[in-house]
Amino acid sequence: MSSAPLIGVLALQGAYDIHAERLTELGASVRLVRRPEQLAGLDGLVIPGGESTTFLKHLERAGFYDALDEFVHTKPTFGTCAGCILLAKDVANPTQRSFGVLDIAVERNAYGRQNDSAILSTETTLPGGPMEMVFIRAPRISRVGEDIEILARRGDDPALIRKDSLLAATFHPELSTDTRVHQLFLDMVHQAHS
Amino acid sequence: MVISSLLQGEFAMAQENNGTGAAPSLRLKLGLAEMLKGGVIMDVMNVEQARIAEEAGAVAVMALERVPAMIRSEGGVARMANPKLIKGIMAVATIPVMAKARIGHFAEAQVLQSLGVDFIDESEVLTPADEVYHIDKHAFTTPFVCGARNLGEALRRIAEGAAMIRTKGEPGTGDVVHAVQHMRQIVREIKALTVLGDEELYNAAKVHGAPYELVRMVAKSGKLPVPNFSAGGIATPADAALMMQLGAETVFVGSGIFMKDGAKPLDVELWAKQDAEVGLCTSKEVGQPRNPEERAEAVSRAKAIVLATLHFNDPKIVAEASEAIIGSMKGLAAAAIEEKNLMQTRGW
Repeated sequence: MSSAPLIGVLALQGAYDIHAERLTELGASVRLVRRPEQLAGLDGLVIPGGESTTFLKHLERAGFYDALDEFVHTKPTFGTCAGCILLAKDVANPTQRSFGVLDIAVERNAYGRQNDSAILSTETTLPGGPMEMVFIRAPRISRVGEDIEILARRGDDPALIRKDSLLAATFHPELSTDTRVHQLFLDMVHQAHS
Repeated sequence: MVISSLLQGEFAMAQENNGTGAAPSLRLKLGLAEMLKGGVIMDVMNVEQARIAEEAGAVAVMALERVPAMIRSEGGVARMANPKLIKGIMAVATIPVMAKARIGHFAEAQVLQSLGVDFIDESEVLTPADEVYHIDKHAFTTPFVCGARNLGEALRRIAEGAAMIRTKGEPGTGDVVHAVQHMRQIVREIKALTVLGDEELYNAAKVHGAPYELVRMVAKSGKLPVPNFSAGGIATPADAALMMQLGAETVFVGSGIFMKDGAKPLDVELWAKQDAEVGLCTSKEVGQPRNPEERAEAVSRAKAIVLATLHFNDPKIVAEASEAIIGSMKGLAAAAIEEKNLMQTRGW
C-alpha cells in the first residue's frame, strides 16, 4: 500500500460526503462508490448511515450485492448506522437481507424516532477520554457473538464493535469533530496490509 | 466543507437562539437531513402507497391527505393531515415519516411533533395560516423543512430554525420549470456572494433580507448551511436527474408517482379479507392488487425516480429508468396557472 490508503465510501445515499471529508482530513485518498466495479483496488470501505432499505434496493442492480458481499468478507470495512445493519448477521424490525459478516443481531430504529435521537458522551476503550456519540434514529445491537470486541456502549448495548478488520458503530462518528473512530479504521486498514 | 459548514451553521443558529440549548438539537436535526441526501422523498396518501414507496427505495415518505395535484383541482382549505392517517403510515413505514403543517400554524406543528413524525414540512402546498410570521422552528425538537424560491427566503427560514431547504417549484403541476428557476436562482445568488468583499456583505444582507451572520457564512462556504433539496413539479426520472445536476441534494416527488389524469390517484390497494367477506373479491384474490395495471404503474414510477436520482450523472441509466415506466403523466403547464393560483408565492 502506498502511504495514503485508498478508502471507498459507499455513496448510494446518505451521509457519504461527511465520511469522505473526515477520511480526507486524516490523509486517506477517497473514492465514492456508486457502481460495483468501483470496489476494485480499494484498501477499505466505509458504509455510511442512510436508509438501509434504500441501499438494498440499489444493490439489487448490476450484481452490486454479490460484489459488495465478497468485498466485506475479505477487506477492511467500517459500517455506521445503516452500514452496521448491512454487516450484521441478524436484522430485526423488520427482518431484512444483510451480509452477515459480523455475528451480531441488530434491531432497526430501536431507540425510537427522530425525537428520540440523542447526543451522548461516554467512556470507551479508546484512549483520549469520553467520546461524543451522535445517535440518529439509531439501530440497537441486541446480541453479539463471542468473538466480537466491544469498544463502546450506549447504556448496556454495544455501540462500537470490532472483529478482525471489521468495525461497526450504531452512532455517527462523522457528525462529530472527534476523529478517533475514523483513525482507528485507518489503522485497521494499515494493519490488514502489513 | 460539509461538516465545517454544518458546524458553523449550528454555531450561528445557536447564537441566534441565545444559547437556549438549541445546539445539540440542531445538530440532530441537521444529522437526519444528511442521512436523507441522495434519496427520494415521496408524497403518500395511504398505507399502501407508503409500502410501495419504501419498497421502491424512497428514503422518506410525506404523509398527507391530498397531494398537490388534488388540492389544486379540488380547491378549498388544505390543512395538516388527520393524525389517524399519519399514525397509520408511521406504523408501517420503517423509513422516516414527514408531515406538513400550514405556514405559521405552530399548533399544527405541535400536534405533528407530539405524534412523533420525523420531519415537519412548513409547506406552501397547504393554505397559509399566518400572512406575516412563519413558525419559530427553534422551539421544536422535530426538524423542519421549508420551501424557498431565492437565497433570501432560504436564509430567513434557516434563521427561524429550518434544518433543510427545498426549492419550491410549482407543486402539483408535473412541470419542472419553476423548480429549475428556483434552484438556478439560489445557486446563482450563492455564487455571487462568494466574490463579494467583507464590506459588501452588510449590504448583501440588506438586499437579501437575511441575517448578516448567515449571509457571511454562505459567502465563505459557497453553500447553504443546511442541505438543499428540490421539489415542485418533478415528475420523471429525467426531471430528477436534471434537478440533481443543477445542485439539488435530494428530490421530493409529490403528485408524480401515485396520480393519473384528472387529478385522480392510481388504485394501488390490495384486496382485503373484508372485501372477500362482502363478496367484492374471491378468497383467492385477498392480498392481490385490486387493479394490477394501476398498481404496477405506480411501482414502476417510484422505482424509476429512485434509480435516476442515484445515477443522475449517467444518462444511460436514466434512460433505462425512463424506459421502465408504464404509462405517462399528464402535466399541467405551470405557465397556464393564473398568478393568484400559484402556490409558490405563499410564504415570504
